[in-house]
Amino acid sequence: MKLHEYQSKQIFAKYGVPIPKGRVASTASEARQIAEELGGRVVVKSQVLVGGRGKAGGIKVAKSPAEAEQFATQILAMEIKGLPVRKVLIDEASAIEQEIYLGITNDRAARKPVMMASAAGGVDIEEVAATAPEKIIKVHIDPLLGLRDYQARDIAASIDLPRENWREFGVIANGLWKAYKATDSTLAEINPLVINKDKKLVALDGKMLIDDNALFRLPDLAEMRDIDEEAPSETEARKYGLSFIKLDGDIGCMVNGAGLAMTSMDVIKLFGGEPANFLDIGGGAGADKVAAAMRIILSDPNVKAVLYNIFGGITRCDEVAKGILAAMEEVKPNVPMVVRLVGTNAEEGRALLADANMITADTLADAAQKAVAAAKGA
Amino acid sequence: MSVLINKNTRLLVQGITGNEGLFHTTQMVAYGTNVVAGVTPGKGGEWVLDGKVPVFDSVKIAVEATGANTSVIFVPARFAADAMFEAADAGIPLIVCITEGVPVQDMMRVRNYLDQKKVRLVGPNCPGLLTPGEAKVGIIPGNIAISGNVGVVSRSGTLTYEVLYAMKNLDMGASTCVGIGGDPVNGTNFIDVLEMFEHDAQTEKVIMIGEIGGTDEEKAAEFIAAKMTKPVASFIAGQTAPPGKRMGHAGAIIEGGAGTAADKIAALEAAGVRVAKHPEEIPTLLK
Repeated sequence: MKLHEYQSKQIFAKYGVPIPKGRVASTASEARQIAEELGGRVVVKSQVLVGGRGKAGGIKVAKSPAEAEQFATQILAMEIKGLPVRKVLIDEASAIEQEIYLGITNDRAARKPVMMASAAGGVDIEEVAATAPEKIIKVHIDPLLGLRDYQARDIAASIDLPRENWREFGVIANGLWKAYKATDSTLAEINPLVINKDKKLVALDGKMLIDDNALFRLPDLAEMRDIDEEAPSETEARKYGLSFIKLDGDIGCMVNGAGLAMTSMDVIKLFGGEPANFLDIGGGAGADKVAAAMRIILSDPNVKAVLYNIFGGITRCDEVAKGILAAMEEVKPNVPMVVRLVGTNAEEGRALLADANMITADTLADAAQKAVAAAKGA
Repeated sequence: MSVLINKNTRLLVQGITGNEGLFHTTQMVAYGTNVVAGVTPGKGGEWVLDGKVPVFDSVKIAVEATGANTSVIFVPARFAADAMFEAADAGIPLIVCITEGVPVQDMMRVRNYLDQKKVRLVGPNCPGLLTPGEAKVGIIPGNIAISGNVGVVSRSGTLTYEVLYAMKNLDMGASTCVGIGGDPVNGTNFIDVLEMFEHDAQTEKVIMIGEIGGTDEEKAAEFIAAKMTKPVASFIAGQTAPPGKRMGHAGAIIEGGAGTAADKIAALEAAGVRVAKHPEEIPTLLK
């Protein structure tokens, strides 16, 4: 789950990271009011869950409350990389002397969190990472011990931070570590962390990704999810515990198991078709879940055929067949369906579907070819 | 011979009285696995499976009473990390965690702790292990595989079943099937299992089933080129997966342009591995 900049910075502030004064607004008049309260120059920042906001014109510095209102009007009418802007953050503007990058992410290969820092922070950090990776300092953190003070000092020295800022930097690095740990983040990033005209460190921007698997123990964070920023079908799928991702093709897929779901998409493509979605109904899915999955697949008007590929293990093929029949009653689909049932109770499942006017297949390759042919004929 | 589990496995089931735990314990016992104990805190003293398997309050007590040498974990995700710590502290040398959805920061703590204790973990979010004809630890359906000389290692669940089933249809058997799981941080990786297969007398050929995300397949390719004498065939799932989207498994995601199926296939082919176009084709590459 991605958090917005304003949400991330509020969390950082809770753990002692200094952030600019500011608030989030949904209308231009609200933006003006916040700018009046802050006084002086402010930054109007679009809150959308994609990178490159500045380059897209979604971040502007306003010299007066009137100008803040005008920029907010413009930005709230924008779409950035396909996502409509619904909120703007109004922050007091900072006079910047230097931009630093500071972040923590999970290093899969090392099986440890890694703190990364660079003296060359700001909008081009990805280019720095690609062209001059030696300018990014990486320090692994022992997940059982946490970030040690000496590690933060080493990082400060390695990025040539002025000595008078080392103590402050230690507080910020530690705060970022605590925020990362407390929120089960997979990424917690400050970019840029600036040295301002008063020689103080301030986190001007923040980004956090939260581990979806940990949301059961983070109820406050789970409520921060911005469902405006995902496809409605993906929100609906999550409600039923289905793993669903919408794609651009015309063959809907319902599969049990993530690896097999990806593979079914691949095999459709191999035989000249295009998958309309990734959908894993999970292990042990009952009829209700299967019916919900079918409704979601068929709500996509691009779908010209549906492939069901079920390898029964914990999941019982007869349960899946019952779900398919129940959903067909309700949705009355008018696209061809190809079904392949193998494994636990496959015979019973096939018998249930015998009168359902579905195309059957024995192997995955056979099923994919039949689905591709059906989609082209429709 | 086989790897990790065999007839001498003395299995303990953590979460044995839960729905999944009880169902799969029944299946494992029916397969012939020697299930010696179960653990559910607060239910010590009870028996399950018509008095065949005793239940204990803690792993430590269960190990002292029964000499269990392998543990399989079926507890819900929120309790899984604690279950792994408990098994490791009780001196169990091989832990297999089936549970899906364990937070990744939990797994980093678990993995770093278990490494210090030299405990082997398989999983989490995995189907477990199957040595056909000898023992099954986890949820792989026993009837889809026969005993043979092919070692199978996989990041996936049902995709692995698909491959075992295609092998059986060609009369090809497995020495051991190891499901290492689809999480970004897990216990056992491809290289660990490839090394075991290389040294296992029964295993003559290897099938490795990978998917998008991370760099474990690329590292396995380096290992295969440098150290493996036995032929390896492979399949990589997720060739049509879009970048930046988590494809069900927490670990199956293309991040920052890394972890694509194309990169993995290229690395494996360069190491002399034959990569199949679809899973049913894999066994034919080893015929």
